[in-house]
Amino acid sequence: MNTGDTAWVLASAALVLLMTPGLALFYGGMVRAKSVLNMMMMSFGALALISVLWVLYGYSEAFGNDVGAGLVGNPFEFFGLSQLLGTQGVDKGFAATHLVFTIPSLAFVAFQAVFAIITVALISGAIADRARFGPWMVFAGVWATIVYFPVAHWVFAFDGAQSAVGGWIANDLKVIDFAGGTAVHINAGAAGLALALILGKRRGFGRDPMRPHNLPLVMTGAGLLWFGWFGFNAGSALGANGQAAEVWVTTMVATGAAALGWLATERIRDGHATSLGAASGVVAGLVAITPSCSSVTPLGAILVGAIAGVVCALAVGLKYRFGYDDSLDVVGVHLVGGLWGTVSVGLFASAATTAGVDGLFYGGGLDQLWRQVVGALAVLVFSFVVTYVIGTIIQRTMGFRITEEAEVAGIDSVEHAETAYDFASLGGSGGASPSGQAHAEARNTEGVRA
Amino acid sequence: MKLVTAIVKPFKLDDVKNALELIGIAGLTVSEVQGFGRQRGHTEVYRGAEYQVDFVPKVRIEVVVGETDAARVVDAVVEAASTGQIGDGKVWVTTIDEIVRVRTGERGDDAL
Repeated sequence: MNTGDTAWVLASAALVLLMTPGLALFYGGMVRAKSVLNMMMMSFGALALISVLWVLYGYSEAFGNDVGAGLVGNPFEFFGLSQLLGTQGVDKGFAATHLVFTIPSLAFVAFQAVFAIITVALISGAIADRARFGPWMVFAGVWATIVYFPVAHWVFAFDGAQSAVGGWIANDLKVIDFAGGTAVHINAGAAGLALALILGKRRGFGRDPMRPHNLPLVMTGAGLLWFGWFGFNAGSALGANGQAAEVWVTTMVATGAAALGWLATERIRDGHATSLGAASGVVAGLVAITPSCSSVTPLGAILVGAIAGVVCALAVGLKYRFGYDDSLDVVGVHLVGGLWGTVSVGLFASAATTAGVDGLFYGGGLDQLWRQVVGALAVLVFSFVVTYVIGTIIQRTMGFRITEEAEVAGIDSVEHAETAYDFASLGGSGGASPSGQAHAEARNTEGVRA
Repeated sequence: MKLVTAIVKPFKLDDVKNALELIGIAGLTVSEVQGFGRQRGHTEVYRGAEYQVDFVPKVRIEVVVGETDAARVVDAVVEAASTGQIGDGKVWVTTIDEIVRVRTGERGDDAL
C-alpha cells in the first residue's frame, strides 16, 4: 500500500463527490424559478440513494469477479463490503490488507462510488420541470442496478485489479476510456434521450420562453464541476504520480479550449458571447477530455477541447430540429461530447503519453479507432434501449410525469411543498393566498392520481 | 384638478424629478413598470435558442396638480425625459373628480 497514492485517491473521491452538488447548481440555475428545488433534489436524491446501493451491492456488481462474458460482476461477492475490511494493525500504520493496485480497496470503493452517483444525477437534466420525485428515485435505483453498475464493470473493471476477471470493454475490446466517456457520459446522455422521449415535451416547449432563472448559479456550478473534475480525471490515475500530473494538464487545457470554441461559435452565429455559453463550453470540454485525458498530448488536448466546444454548441440545437425536449441538453453536451471524446482517442492518441498508443493522426492506423467506435456505440445502444424499457414501465405503472396542472403551478410546490424564493415583499408568505390554494389543489389532485 | 401620468426611460427618472422640483411640484409617485410600444422588446439568446422579451422596463411617474399647472408639468417632463430615441415614453393628462389629504381630511385644491 502506498500512502501518497491513497491520500490522492481519497482526496479525489471527495472532489468528485462535490461535482454532484455542483451539477445541482449548474442544472438548478438553468431551469425556471418554479422548478429549481426539484431540479436540485434529483441530484441530491441520487447522492443519497446511490451511496447506499453502492455499498450494498453496486460495487460488487461492478468490481466483483465476472460471472460470464465480461458483462457483470458477482453482486454477492462483496455485498455490504465487509469482505474488504481489514488492516495490518496500528503498529503497521493501519496498512490495508485488501488492495487495488497500491491503494486500499475501500479507497477505490469510495472513488468509484461518486462516479456512479454523478452519472445518475446527470440524466436528470433531460427531464427538468416535469418528473415526479418518487418515480425518479425508483428510476435512479433501477437504472443504477441494471445499467450503470454493469457498464462500469465493462469499462472500469480491469482483470486483476479488484477481481481476477473484469469487463469486456476494458479487457477484451481494449477501449481506452480513462475516466468514463462511455460509462459516464455516453451512458447518461443516451439515458437522458430515452427519458426525454418517454416523458414528452414540457408544456409550451419551443413556444414559451424557458429562460435560465439564475445564470450566476449556473456559472458557480460549472466552476465546481471543473474543480471536482480534476479528481475525476487525475484521480483516475489511482496514484499520485506522473500520469496524474499529465492528466491534470490535459484536463485544464481542453476545458479552456472548449469554452473558447463554444464562445466563438456563439459570437459568429448569434452576435454575442454569453455566460451560459462559457459555462456550457467548460462542461463540454470536460466531458470530451474525460476518456482521452491520458492518451493525448497537451497540444492534442487543445484540439479535442476546441472541437468539442464547437460541436456541442451546434449539437444543443438538435432538440429543436427533431422535437425532443432534452431540457438542459444532456444529449447535446454529454452524449455528443462523450462520443466525440471517446472517438478522439482513436484519432489524436499519442504513444508519447502514458496510454502508449498512437491514433490515426499519429500514424497508429485504424486499430484503436475502431475499438473506440465499437465501445462507444455498445454503451449508447445498451443504455438507450434498457432505459427506454425502464422508463416506459415506470410511466405505465407509477406515472412518471406530473399532471399538467401541477406543471403550470410549479413542480417545487407540488412535489416538495416548497418554493425556492420568497418573492412576496409585502409579507404574503405563510398565509392562505390564492396562489397557495392553487398549489394545494394541484397537490391534492396529484395525490389522488398517485 | 389633473393627474399627469408619465412613462419614461428609467435612467431619466432623476432628470424628471429635478425638473419638477424646479417648477415647484410638491410631490409625486413613482413605480417600476413594464410594457411595450413602438420600441417593442429585445431578443435574448440562450444556448442558441432566441427568446423575444416583449416587455421593456420603464418608470411611471404620477403627479396630481391644479388645473392651471398641468401644461407646465407636461412640458417639464417632456423636456427632461427626451433623448430623441425611440422608446422615450409618453405623458398624458386626466381629469380627477376628488382628492382628499388623509391626515387632515382637506379636499380639492387644499389637499394638493
